Amino acid sequence: MSEKPSGGTQLSRRNFLGMSAAALAGIAIAPGVTLYDLAHGKPPGQATSGRVRWGMLIDTNQCSSGCSDCVTACNTENRLSGGTLATDSQWIRKLELKNTRTGKAHSLPMMCQHCENPPCVDVCPTGASFKRADGIVLVDRHTCIGCRYCIMACPYGVRFFVHEPVTGQNPEVPRGKGCVESCTFCVQRVDRDLEPACAEACTAAGHKAILFGDLNNPDSEIAKRIATYASRQVREDLALNTGVRYQGI
Amino acid sequence: MKSGFTTMLRLLTALLFTLTIAGVSEAAPGDAAPSGRVAKPVLEAGKGDKCVEDTQFMRRNHMKLLMHQRDDTVHQGVRTKQHSLKGCIECHASSRNNSVIGSNENFCQGCHAYAGVTLDCFDCHTSKPGTAPPAASPHGQPLASASSTLDVKPVSKP
Amino acid sequence: MKIAYREIAGSGPGFYALLGVLGLFVLFALASAHYMEEHGHIVTGMTNHIVWGTPHVFAVFLIVAASGALNVASIASVFGKAAYKPLAPLSGLLAIALLAGGLAVLLLDLGRPERLIVAMTEYNFKSIFAWNIFLYTGFFAIVAVYLWTMLERRMNVFTKPAGFVAFVWRLMLTTGTGSIFGFLVSRQAYDTALLAPMFIIMSFSYGLAIYILVVSAAFRWSGRELGDAVVLRLKSLLAVFIAAVLYFVAVYHLTNLYLAKRHGIENFILLDGGIYTTLFWVGQILLGGIVPLVILFHPRLGVSRFWIALSSLLVILGGIAQMYVTIIGSQAYPLVLFPGMQESSSFHDGAVHNYAPSLPEVMLGLGGIAVAGLIVAIGVKFLRFIPENLDNSAVAALESTAPVQG
Repeated sequence: MSEKPSGGTQLSRRNFLGMSAAALAGIAIAPGVTLYDLAHGKPPGQATSGRVRWGMLIDTNQCSSGCSDCVTACNTENRLSGGTLATDSQWIRKLELKNTRTGKAHSLPMMCQHCENPPCVDVCPTGASFKRADGIVLVDRHTCIGCRYCIMACPYGVRFFVHEPVTGQNPEVPRGKGCVESCTFCVQRVDRDLEPACAEACTAAGHKAILFGDLNNPDSEIAKRIATYASRQVREDLALNTGVRYQGI
Repeated sequence: MKSGFTTMLRLLTALLFTLTIAGVSEAAPGDAAPSGRVAKPVLEAGKGDKCVEDTQFMRRNHMKLLMHQRDDTVHQGVRTKQHSLKGCIECHASSRNNSVIGSNENFCQGCHAYAGVTLDCFDCHTSKPGTAPPAASPHGQPLASASSTLDVKPVSKP
Repeated sequence: MKIAYREIAGSGPGFYALLGVLGLFVLFALASAHYMEEHGHIVTGMTNHIVWGTPHVFAVFLIVAASGALNVASIASVFGKAAYKPLAPLSGLLAIALLAGGLAVLLLDLGRPERLIVAMTEYNFKSIFAWNIFLYTGFFAIVAVYLWTMLERRMNVFTKPAGFVAFVWRLMLTTGTGSIFGFLVSRQAYDTALLAPMFIIMSFSYGLAIYILVVSAAFRWSGRELGDAVVLRLKSLLAVFIAAVLYFVAVYHLTNLYLAKRHGIENFILLDGGIYTTLFWVGQILLGGIVPLVILFHPRLGVSRFWIALSSLLVILGGIAQMYVTIIGSQAYPLVLFPGMQESSSFHDGAVHNYAPSLPEVMLGLGGIAVAGLIVAIGVKFLRFIPENLDNSAVAALESTAPVQG
């Protein structure tokens, strides 16, 4: 039994060593949340936390009309068919806008906005559509009954129903007939400290239109950028507080 | 007549009882393929020296492991390999068709077909391990070549 | 004079023909559902733009009509009108039948109908759908108890409280059904509190129209007499409900026309939406509203059984047209992501979305009607839902012996 040091006087060597050893053991035994959070990574066995909120910033000034690198990357990563029929899933699509009064044109990618108050999560009867602790909105296909109410509820038209049997899935991205799906921010990559395929492809090609990062971390590049330059959310009037923000519109 | 009917009923019951006993006694443990009954599954051994848990445990509990693990993975992002479905498939995919389903010699389908338990998993999960080349688009548009998502190249993230 | 209830006697070829036709449509519906489940919804006309199609039009119509069909019983038990009491048991049966038909269609259209157990065990109570599961199953239980209080003489003392509970429950149920749409901010045509009460008043109208047709057919085909005293009361009530529905529709559109941000959808529905505009003006307003009103208030036509039945049929068709415009028309109109901007994309943003009903969808929807019909037909055959005789003198006797309401 170590003696408690009396009010404010120096520690004995034994006490100091004991307390250091306890602290080190604590750091080693504990889930490692503190250490890993500092490095912004997450070991595979650890649950996500609300400390992080993943978001995206899209600079539409860098986004050109003819380019669809983000779409190709998403289709490759998630093994989507790439088809554009009304029954196909387009987790990300390029949207061409033109202001009808001024004539100014914009091009931007549109994907699940990962809202903070997602209408799709509100309306799902089984809770299959849910928001993860780190802000990513996902569909739990084990619980989805395929009622499509979430597709009715989504104001952005970014949720899709799988209309036919699927084969050749990515082992980390299960998807199948009869369930609803949408952009997952490449959650299988995010959980391994990578960025979504669209962001990576856009950066690799040098367009720099898509920036992915932690909105809750004031030192992240995305947080600094949105604090400096004006950006907006699509359909801000709905107060959904989306995780995806756009510059230049 | 009432007594005739009762007698017939008794005879029928006795007959059914006899048939049931005969049927049950057929399935003695250790029989390889009793005549006229479903053959027991013959499964290919998985890769590696042993499974992550022992066989009897897995036979009884693999469904519970999968159901628990899937909620952890989907809702909390826990992606440990030990009890993951992906891990199972990597070892247990058949050398013939590189899958755990497809015929009654395949690992998952063999026992599930024998036991008559529906396999729901592979509507959504691929039954093949690793990064198989992406399927050609049914709408005729070729995809870019697949990058391996299993190569972890950590990118310094802000 | 006591009203005696009797099950439909005799098993004439007509009855079996009816069962046969209804059964055939149920079989077609099951085959369609199987086909859809096997191959996926690619075999239907539904797409990622129009995710709720013809099956949902029929399903929601049947569910809305189901709660309205209980009205006649409510008027008897809750509001104490003696003349309606003999009509009450059939009203309860019809309510159960219509709800069963609607739910059957809804459940068979699910992407994963084998996950029904999941839907009944895992709930997200922020979703009105989850509440609806309880409201619908509760409705079955409550109306079953209500019917029991009516059909079992010793339980007749409980008819009034049971009827009251059923009345409140069906109001909650229809509010829940209207709120399925009213709670959605995503679509220009929804996002309004008015949809819940509008669905309630529509349920009154559609339910009563179906009831009139069913009660007339049941009496006529079993050779029983149904007095004018009953039919004329019902048709006057129907006229009031039709007018009320027109009022709600008018308020809904007039309000939307006042809001600049809703001009797009109003233009689409009222002017240049093609099939949706036609269904609105010709189907919902003209055939479903104005023509039946004119007929029912006409001095000669309004007392003719044929014309009353025709009006009821028109109301029903108008109701289906209304559901088509409300459910499918709202999805056909493009989502507005960037107001004031012209949008285009590989997902056809900014463009009106195409939809055409496919055969499996239509057969599934009709199957729901057939399920309801089968339940009613079998019910009245084996149980005592229908009075032996409800001619004018029987009704008059009922009213004269009715206790004075305080």
